[in-house]
Parts: sequence; structure tokens; C-alpha cells
Amino acid sequence: MASIWQYANPVKFMQTSAKVLPALSVLTAVTLIVGLVWGFFFTPDDYKQGSTVKIMFIHVPAALMAINAWLMMLVASLIWLVRRHHVSALAARAAAPIGITMTLIALFTGAIWGQPMWGTYWAWDPRLTSFLVLFLFYLGYMALWAAIENPDAAADLTSVLCMVGSVFALLSRYAVNFWNQGLHQGASVSLDKEEHVNDVFFYPLLLCMIGFVLLFVLLVLLRTRTEIRTRRLKTLMARERMT
Amino acid sequence: MIALLTRDLILAIRAGGGFGLGLAFFLIVTILVPFGVGPESAILSVIAPGILWVGALLACLLSLDRIFALDFEDGSLDLLATAPIPLEGVVAMKAAAHWVTTGLPLTLAAPVLGTLLHLPVEGYLWMLLSLAIGTPALSMIGTFGAALTVGLKRGGLLMSLLVLPLYVPTLIFGAETVKRALDGLTTATPALMLAGVTLATCALLPFAAAAAIRINLR
Repeated sequence: MASIWQYANPVKFMQTSAKVLPALSVLTAVTLIVGLVWGFFFTPDDYKQGSTVKIMFIHVPAALMAINAWLMMLVASLIWLVRRHHVSALAARAAAPIGITMTLIALFTGAIWGQPMWGTYWAWDPRLTSFLVLFLFYLGYMALWAAIENPDAAADLTSVLCMVGSVFALLSRYAVNFWNQGLHQGASVSLDKEEHVNDVFFYPLLLCMIGFVLLFVLLVLLRTRTEIRTRRLKTLMARERMT
Repeated sequence: MIALLTRDLILAIRAGGGFGLGLAFFLIVTILVPFGVGPESAILSVIAPGILWVGALLACLLSLDRIFALDFEDGSLDLLATAPIPLEGVVAMKAAAHWVTTGLPLTLAAPVLGTLLHLPVEGYLWMLLSLAIGTPALSMIGTFGAALTVGLKRGGLLMSLLVLPLYVPTLIFGAETVKRALDGLTTATPALMLAGVTLATCALLPFAAAAAIRINLR
């Protein structure tokens, strides 16, 4: 019987991901290249922002993935806590460095865009601040993984931290709203609102977002495979030393 | 559980430093700020609420690693974990003891240090109140951080990295309460939010902290 849980078996996971990876890599590359080239070279300049608007094709997808990576870590942590699948814990561990990179990309592209547009690299705006806080959460999560030697205890503790951290990250998100009024514009793309960015920008942006999602999945798969191999290697070396 | 609380309190007092160190740190931070910022009372009175809150937060952080470390080393934490009272209760009592030895003295000292920073008269009552409402949350969140890192050799630095981001909402609402009091605005909203943070952490985090301790003792 086919069930999603069969991929919790590391062997099955390695086999399937090895089959999926080449196709996924090609798909990611094509989507990203088409999306970025379309966005950078074949969209008109904004009448107010000029060509700086094009940074959005990296900024928006990176910001999207920065948040969704944490969400994925939360789901993977919950699966680990409930069902004790090691692949799940390793996937959460693999996602954290990618998430923190996405957060940094979003922060830096935002700063580059902010200098000509807002006249400042940094403002203590709620969105910017909550991203900075999210960055700190990623740092703490990764530091805890690195600090604990027993892999099962590390997976358990980071999962607990991820759950508690999620609540506090959300809370901080609304607390900073309360604390300072924002410069950052509202969402430009949403499923339920009437107002959208113009279609000229929307389609390449959508393509870039899909590309970043694919890139994230690809990197998580790759890194999870590496984690699994690292653990196998450790077991092998421990066994060598025994004999 | 009351016995545990009194035991922790007596230990903290007799071992010395429990009260003193956090308070002294709070005092030093507050004294250092005017050296850095300059002695103009206009600037100081504006930043006083924030400085006092950040100072209290750091002073609170300083004593966190002692919540479980000693009990973990001499094995009494194992005894407490197997004791008939639930571990969640133990954790809550530990947090309460930490609050009585650091949060409460900090709260009481804040108005005195407020004088040093030229905190305007309207701020004193709310400084006292916001710290009284908010510091239990600091202790409880800190206890969770201490529970996560109890098994580590050098957990102190890591713990501050874990705990400080969790302090953000408490700090925002706490400092905002005092700022609003200074501006003559109504303080009910941030004060109630602060109380909400405190109550929610006290209700939920003992479970997370107890889970972390069980994992660390495994």
C-alpha cells in the first residue's frame, strides 16, 4: 500500500530522491532562468521606481521562502515528535541554513532597494524588524542543533524550540506592528484581494516564486541526503572502531 | 511544591549572589548608559524606560543558567523528575523562585535607578507596574531556555542566543507601556498585552520546559 510514510524509511527516501533530483534540478534551473531573465530584461521600468523595481523578482520569492522554510521546519519537527521518523528530523535540520540564507537575501535585497527608494538602507519597520527577529530565531535553532552531541536529543530539543519559537515569532510579528508604524508596502500578490501588481510584472514574479519554491525543495532534498549520508558514515566509523 | 519553592529560595539566599549579582548588574548597566549617551537629562529621560527594561532583561538573563545547572550536576534534578509531583510543577516553581530572587528585586530597584536616568514623574508608577507584570514572563521564558540547555557544558552563551529573541514581545509591550505613560496616553492596551504574554507563558511554557528536561535527562 502506497503511503507518504514509506518515504520515512531512509533507504526508500534515498532511492526516490535520487530519481527525482535530476529532473527537479533541470526544472528548477529552467524556471528560475526564464523567470529571472523575463523579470530583469523583458519587463518595463516602473514609472516611479525605475529599474530598481526589478529587485522584487528576487526579494519577494526569497522573503516568501524565508517564512515557508520555518513553516516546513515546524511541520517536520512535529512529524518527528509524533512519529519519530529520522528523515523528518534531518529534513528540518537541512532546511534551517537554507531558510536563514533566504532571510538574509530578503534583508539585503530590501536594503539595496531601500536606499534609493526610501533614502535609507534600514528602517525599524515592522516587516523589516520581524525578519530580523526571524533571522535570530534561525540562528538560535541552528546553534542548538550544533551544540548537542546526541542526535536524538538534539532533534527532540530543536523540535521543542521550533514549536515554541513559532509561537513567539508570530507574537513578535504582531508586537512590532504595535510598536512602530511601517514604511513597507502591503502585499503586492495575494489570492483574495482585488489589488494586484500589473500582469506585466505578475507573471514573471509568479515564475520566480515557483522557481524559488523548487529551489528550496531541491536544496532541502540534497541537504537531507547529505545529512543521511553523514549519519551513515558516523555509524560506519563507529563500527570500524569497535572491531 | 511550596517546599520546593522555599528550598530554592533558601538556597539562593544562603549561597549568596542570587539577589546581589543580578541587581548589581542592573545598577551597572544603568550607570554605564549615561557615560555612553551623555549626561543631558532631556535625552536620558526619553530613553530611560527602554534602558531600564533592557537592563532588567539582561540582568534576568545573567542568573538563568543557575536555575537547573546545580540541581543537574548533583543529581537532585533526577530526583525531582521521579518525584510524585509533576515535572511541570517543578519547572513552574523553579521559575517562581527565579522571579522572587531576580524579577522582584529588579522591579523594586527600578524606580531608584529611574531617578538616575531622570525618568519623568509620570513614569514611575507604570515602570513599577510594567516590570511587576512583565518580569514573570522573563523568568518563565528563561526557565524554558535553561531547560533546553541544561545538559550542555557551556550552555550560557547559547542560552542567551535562544532566549533573547523570545524576549522581544515582552520587551516591546513593557517599554511601550512606560513610554505611553510618559506621553500621557492611555496605557491599558500595552499593559494588558503584557499581562497576556505573562499569563500565556506561565500557562504553556512549563509543559515545553518539562518536556525539554525529560529529553535532557534521558
